[in-house]
Amino acid sequence: MDIVVCIKRVPAFGAQVPLTDDGSAVDTRHLGFTIGPHEECAVEEAVRLVSAHGGRVTVLTVGPEEAGEQLRYALAMGAHRGVLVDTGTTDLDPEATATAVLAGLADEPEPDLLLFGDASADAGHGQVAIRVALARGLPVVGGITGMDADAGGGLRATRETPAGTEVFRVPMPAAVTVKEGLNLPRYPTLPGRLKAKKAELRTVSCAPEPGGLRTVGLRRPADDRAGAVPLGRGAAAAPAVVDILAELGKV
Amino acid sequence: MTEIPERADVVVIGAGIVGNAVCHHLAELGWRDIVLIEKGPLPDPGGSTGHASNFIFPVDHSREITALTTDSMRQYEKLGTLITSGGVEVARQPQRVEELKRRMASARAWGVDAELITPRRVAELVPFVDPDILLAGFWTPSVAVVDPLRAGALMREQAIADGALTVSANTAVTGIRTDRGRVQAVCTDAGDVETPVVVVACGVWSPRIARLAGAEIPLTPAVHQMMDVGPIPELEATGTAIAYPIVRDMDALMYERQSGADLEIGSYAHRPILHEPDDIPSLESAALSPTQLPFTSEDFDPQLEQALELFGSILDRPDAGVRHAINGLLSMTPDGAPVLGPCPEVAGLWSAAAVWIKEGPSVGRMLAEWLTHGDCEFDMHGADIARFYPHQRTREHVRARANEGFNKTYGIVHPREQWESSRGRKLSPFHTREREADAVFFEVGGWERPHWYESNRALLDEFGDRVTHRQHEWDARWWSPIVEAEHLAMRERAAMIDLTAFAQFDVRGPGALDYLQRMVVAQLDRPVGRLCYTPVLTPGGGFRSDLTVVRLGEDRFRVITGGADGARDRSWFESHLPADGSASLVDVTSAVCTLGLWGPRARDVLAATTEDDVSGEALPFGTARWIDVAGIPVLALRVSYVGDLGWELHAPFEHGQALWDAIAEAGRPHGIVPAGIGVYGTTGRLEKGYRLMGAELDGEYDPVEAGLALPKVKAADFVGKDAYLAAREGTPAATLCTLTLGTLTVDDHTGTDGIARYPQGGEPIVTTAGERIVDRKGRGSVVTSAGPAPSLGAHLLMAYLPPEFAVEGTSLQVEYMAERYPVTVARAGRTPLFDPEDTRMKA
Repeated sequence: MDIVVCIKRVPAFGAQVPLTDDGSAVDTRHLGFTIGPHEECAVEEAVRLVSAHGGRVTVLTVGPEEAGEQLRYALAMGAHRGVLVDTGTTDLDPEATATAVLAGLADEPEPDLLLFGDASADAGHGQVAIRVALARGLPVVGGITGMDADAGGGLRATRETPAGTEVFRVPMPAAVTVKEGLNLPRYPTLPGRLKAKKAELRTVSCAPEPGGLRTVGLRRPADDRAGAVPLGRGAAAAPAVVDILAELGKV
Repeated sequence: MTEIPERADVVVIGAGIVGNAVCHHLAELGWRDIVLIEKGPLPDPGGSTGHASNFIFPVDHSREITALTTDSMRQYEKLGTLITSGGVEVARQPQRVEELKRRMASARAWGVDAELITPRRVAELVPFVDPDILLAGFWTPSVAVVDPLRAGALMREQAIADGALTVSANTAVTGIRTDRGRVQAVCTDAGDVETPVVVVACGVWSPRIARLAGAEIPLTPAVHQMMDVGPIPELEATGTAIAYPIVRDMDALMYERQSGADLEIGSYAHRPILHEPDDIPSLESAALSPTQLPFTSEDFDPQLEQALELFGSILDRPDAGVRHAINGLLSMTPDGAPVLGPCPEVAGLWSAAAVWIKEGPSVGRMLAEWLTHGDCEFDMHGADIARFYPHQRTREHVRARANEGFNKTYGIVHPREQWESSRGRKLSPFHTREREADAVFFEVGGWERPHWYESNRALLDEFGDRVTHRQHEWDARWWSPIVEAEHLAMRERAAMIDLTAFAQFDVRGPGALDYLQRMVVAQLDRPVGRLCYTPVLTPGGGFRSDLTVVRLGEDRFRVITGGADGARDRSWFESHLPADGSASLVDVTSAVCTLGLWGPRARDVLAATTEDDVSGEALPFGTARWIDVAGIPVLALRVSYVGDLGWELHAPFEHGQALWDAIAEAGRPHGIVPAGIGVYGTTGRLEKGYRLMGAELDGEYDPVEAGLALPKVKAADFVGKDAYLAAREGTPAATLCTLTLGTLTVDDHTGTDGIARYPQGGEPIVTTAGERIVDRKGRGSVVTSAGPAPSLGAHLLMAYLPPEFAVEGTSLQVEYMAERYPVTVARAGRTPLFDPEDTRMKA
């Protein structure tokens, strides 16, 4: 089974997202970069499927040259090849991103499975997988939290909903978006990291036309840091605890 | 949240291990109304205390650091926050084996149990290492892991229970108010606190907080990379945080330690990655904590291979992954030492910065004592914030030296090793001439000083076998036999020595005499033109400094002190100036250059350049006078640190080169040579038994022990007088002695490899049975200075010895590079071995 996993370089931040002074973007000067949790699960799933059924895992990313760091992380987890579609930036709209992904796939052999995270960890539009699947005429199923190859050469995929579990049978080739919870992604091993460090990445240059979606600006929600308020120490705190529980309607 | 008080006796900023320890020890010493302000949450505010690896190797080549570390370990243990794991430093390279032998000497010197072990034994202690790539190990059974967050919380709680401390967490300091150079209040987002004393214990943020008061704390945040790899079943099976000794892979500049089911790997091998305190992310925007920055894996990759080599048996596994990896921030200083004590720029502002986990609790105790009594148990001159000259507090210098120093963290650093960066900052007016003479420059306090002159190489032929040639590369490193040849040329003819690095202060005013009398031990109320060499004491009676004071007029004195300690001395003298303004101090270092001229021909040389009378009658030993030298006004001081006839010639800086040329020209018929600091600071002074601040002299030894007590005690009061009087009454616990390697007649210091070895200083002196020597105050006997005495044909060592050993003729041993060599006590006390009657100097 040949699988291509699309991943995105996104900033890693804490409780508060730092913004640039003009509010047009996330201020990434002091931030590290990572791939989102959905995509980590996608890489993990691909590595597991291939080790069970044979084949190879290719990871593909759209971004600046530095996004090679994220490809190597996925390689250290067990992926076999990396493709970097160098657009100089990750700040593309979903149409342009899909165009770039397609450019990266153009010279690749047709994979059995195209895996995506359900939505990117930063922009979160959730459009790229669908646009790519449409352009390549593939069936697509989203929000998957369980999957395995079935006996008929297709894929059995499940999705959790509040009402119950939905089960899909998907013929391959197909595109699938997955969600965190699908599996527990492994940590890269030391030998894996060393191998990944030496791996050759295939680089494709691409300057896609912008699509229709524009970011006007970013705004942080009003600062409402309530912080912890000690209610007292030992038994003296009991009445205050009772009051709070009553307020919450728990007693 | 507790209301922040309006007033406090002391405000401590920062609740890491250092701030908590300062509060605790201040409370122990009776302080009340202590306020601790912390910007972050408790118990882990987000600084380096929260992410440090928390292990402690007690042995360091520095006595000061080892003392701080072992005292801290005692405190952690008392708080129940220490687990002894043992630790082993391993060598992959032959030169590292030598370094481990040197560490053995330091372990013996400071009384820490340690042992050199074989690779096989290393693998017995830590069964996961590959012994085949190792040559040796240095095993320290007392190595431990501590919990500084818990220790800090316990210290805080004790101080609160004593009613001494108010803690205000989640409180940001917005300003420090000063008035006429003195701290008035700390301003915070929760209100202002009026206080006369502020302690900055803010780790990597310390420079930013100190700047609020207009002071510089010279450190830079630097990255130390660490990662956790796991789970590793063999470690998980121990069911405990740490069951195996910690390994320091010294040649890879890395460490590996068990942390529960994981192996934690840390590195000091990557490129130096420096940050600015203002650029550290806020608590809210940091992914982990402000001091745990995103891991940059490309910097760590080479270390992974090294870790796999040593720990392949447990790391090369498909199911052991990198679970956590950070670029942790720690504080780097220009010289690697902590930055402690009162800031010279602002009265009442104290620094408690650049402290490792291993030193935190003890730094708290030392600072609390220092704040309470004016000095502390351990001599802190290597960590004193006042040691930095202004240029050494600049960002550029701090960054340059931190950059260069980072990889020395686990490096092999020769005791004489010179820095390469930020050089050429201060040049004496003789510099052009010195370069023409192919001087080899060593740095002191930013000054470039010739250590020897390659142009003197021909002297090696002249003095033949009276000069020793060191065969071992380590002994010969940063040294030249030319030093000894220059020395002999000086003793036979004359030498000129650049001493411009002296720090010099002019003290003037109607209160000048009274003020200086209070500062020093010697009687300064003497005729104009007299000069005095005198100890300067701490309140506890140890050495603060030793220096020369010249009475230039009724109300005018010049203080001349060494370049290494000039900044500290200036800060000490300035902080004691009388409040009524009756005396003032001006630093004239930059206005004065100094040329030393010594040797039996020195008077002939000087006389040829001046019409003034420079005879012994007109200018006797111990006096100073203005004379004209080739048309240059020169203050001639009849004094000597090398024990020969001659002068320190002090001249206006801009006349320096003309002065040099005049002396060189007049000296040519007499065979004068330029000589370096190797002669002045080592060979000449050791032959004469002269003591050096920072080597023989420090806060832990008093003038009686150093042999520098004066015959009479002046009536005037002075700092440290009570302790000085008490020391004179009692018998000293130790006496400073000069020892010869072998004996004066038998040269016996050949190592097992057949090469004669030369101890460098810092080695333990042991008995003929190999027992460590400790005086009744618990201080070990250690070589304070070592060097050749070419006029005596011996290699001399200085060391403090307890009375039973401080007897001339006693046979002892010095332990150098894990071998022992016989030594003999040649002199107990200050009488010089060379020219004991001082006839040459007083000729």
